[in-house]
Amino acid sequence: MDIDVKKIANLSRIRLTDDEATELAPQLNSIMGYIDKLSEVNTDGVPPTAHPHDVAMPQRADIVTNTDCRDALQKPAPRTESGLYVVPKVIE
Amino acid sequence: MPFRSLSDIQNQLNAGQTTAVEVAQLYLDRIKQYNNDLNAFVHIDAEHVLAQAQASDAYRDEHEARPLEGLPIAIKDIFCTQQGPTTCCSKILEGFEAPYDAHVITRLREAGAVLVGKTNMDEFAMGSSNETSAFGGCKNPWNTDCIPGGSSGGSAVAVAAGLTPAALGTDTGGSIRQPASLTGLVGLKPTYGRVSRRGIIAFASSLDQAGPMTRTVKDAALLTSIMSGHDAGDATSVSDAPNFDWLKACENLDMKGLRIGKPKEYFIDGMDEEVRAQVEAALKTCEELGAEIVDISLPHTEYAVAAYYVIAPSEASTNLSRYDAVRFGHRCENPEDLEDMYARSRDEGFGAEVKRRILTGTFALSSGYYDAYYLKAQQVRTLISQDFKQAFEQVDVIATPTSPIPAFKSGEKTEDPLTMYLSDIFTIAVNLAGLPGLSQPCGFAQDLPVGLQWIAPAWQEDKILAAASAYENATDWHTKSPAKFGGES
Repeated sequence: MDIDVKKIANLSRIRLTDDEATELAPQLNSIMGYIDKLSEVNTDGVPPTAHPHDVAMPQRADIVTNTDCRDALQKPAPRTESGLYVVPKVIE
Repeated sequence: MPFRSLSDIQNQLNAGQTTAVEVAQLYLDRIKQYNNDLNAFVHIDAEHVLAQAQASDAYRDEHEARPLEGLPIAIKDIFCTQQGPTTCCSKILEGFEAPYDAHVITRLREAGAVLVGKTNMDEFAMGSSNETSAFGGCKNPWNTDCIPGGSSGGSAVAVAAGLTPAALGTDTGGSIRQPASLTGLVGLKPTYGRVSRRGIIAFASSLDQAGPMTRTVKDAALLTSIMSGHDAGDATSVSDAPNFDWLKACENLDMKGLRIGKPKEYFIDGMDEEVRAQVEAALKTCEELGAEIVDISLPHTEYAVAAYYVIAPSEASTNLSRYDAVRFGHRCENPEDLEDMYARSRDEGFGAEVKRRILTGTFALSSGYYDAYYLKAQQVRTLISQDFKQAFEQVDVIATPTSPIPAFKSGEKTEDPLTMYLSDIFTIAVNLAGLPGLSQPCGFAQDLPVGLQWIAPAWQEDKILAAASAYENATDWHTKSPAKFGGES
């Protein structure tokens, strides 16, 4: 297996330096090489696990249970203004 | 006093022989004395600790004591706490203060506990040695050249060195049980869905569970009884979970009629021979207490680590996409545009192991590979669960070593990630199957603690607690503590 580390890093939105990419490539290949062990297992007709306990997800009534906490939730943000998150310009 | 159990301290408090403030001060003094060397705690606010202890003493004066009244509990840095920083020991969350308490934290506070600080851990709980922490590793008090295990390494060190009588951890692939084993403690991972995950920073949501790390089985039961219960704020917290009297389950003194499964796949070539001998001796003790040891097989065990290292990184790559430098967390200087801001902030904020896992997960989920990796791993996971179901038709509980080796030297496994991953070989299957598992001390190998792991069917923690209590009562391993920190070994 030969993983295109830069492509995967781009999908992950992580900008790797060239040194990092060079170091990671053999590590990821070795990890995926180990994981290829899974292909030894016959899984014909075996359902994939969707939940550890084989139960359906519960439903609840769609009602408001908490009050406005915008200020508290925005406090950890790197930059806000007038209750909005400020990010670099997206559209030229 | 520093090495006493929660129940012993509780008895002293109830008898009026000490106060919550005195207890808190004793541990704060020890933290001051030893933490620089051990690096168990990453955030401590002594004033806040004493304020909670004072409030508890005042409450006790006016009311009947609550279940954890005045008892100090250390908190892994993965639990959101409104007071002080919560960083998951990652640079990306440097300076983050959570806007709310995790559900479990609320329950502990309401029960009267005194939260003593945040403990060191592998970054985002990804690691088995605590060495991936942005705050640096921490030391095993039994041998300070060795790692304490991970990811809940700081919690393990804090309890083992007598800096707190109990701590909270989380366990995704062994992160409570493995460090408990390597430091001579009791660590319980409850059944998946028993404890709410709300406010616990997510790693792999279908595997993560919080649990206690303590000196005795009864203390683990006491804490879990408070931590567990349905929370409407976590859709995977189970509303009608079978329950029982947690403390009563620990009153068991023998194993008459108990059928203990001994899986051959957990006693393998390559494991430490002293660890094997200690666990075999523990099973002999169980036989003397009336148990019947039944040889069983869990045939898909050898595929558990491979399945885990698809499923956990896949979930992590999704969960950690929230660190986008918009709503919280590190933002790089002078981003050129939005893409640059995401990519550079994440490169600067995440450590090497976290990047490895995000990339592994992204790869496993990427177009063209999903069926071969993610789907395949979830099918193998079904087979692993079926192995346990079939085994539990023959036996009540399963007993295994918790870790194939005792604590290893710092730096020994950091070069090769795969070697590190294999240190969780005996704990991972329990998470994949959503079962409860407990590690308790059962001896020493090379003067380092060895752990015995108990596994039960889902929701039957009472069976584990009964077996572990009987074993604890018949042995004195749980009374040992590291001499270097004032204990008796």
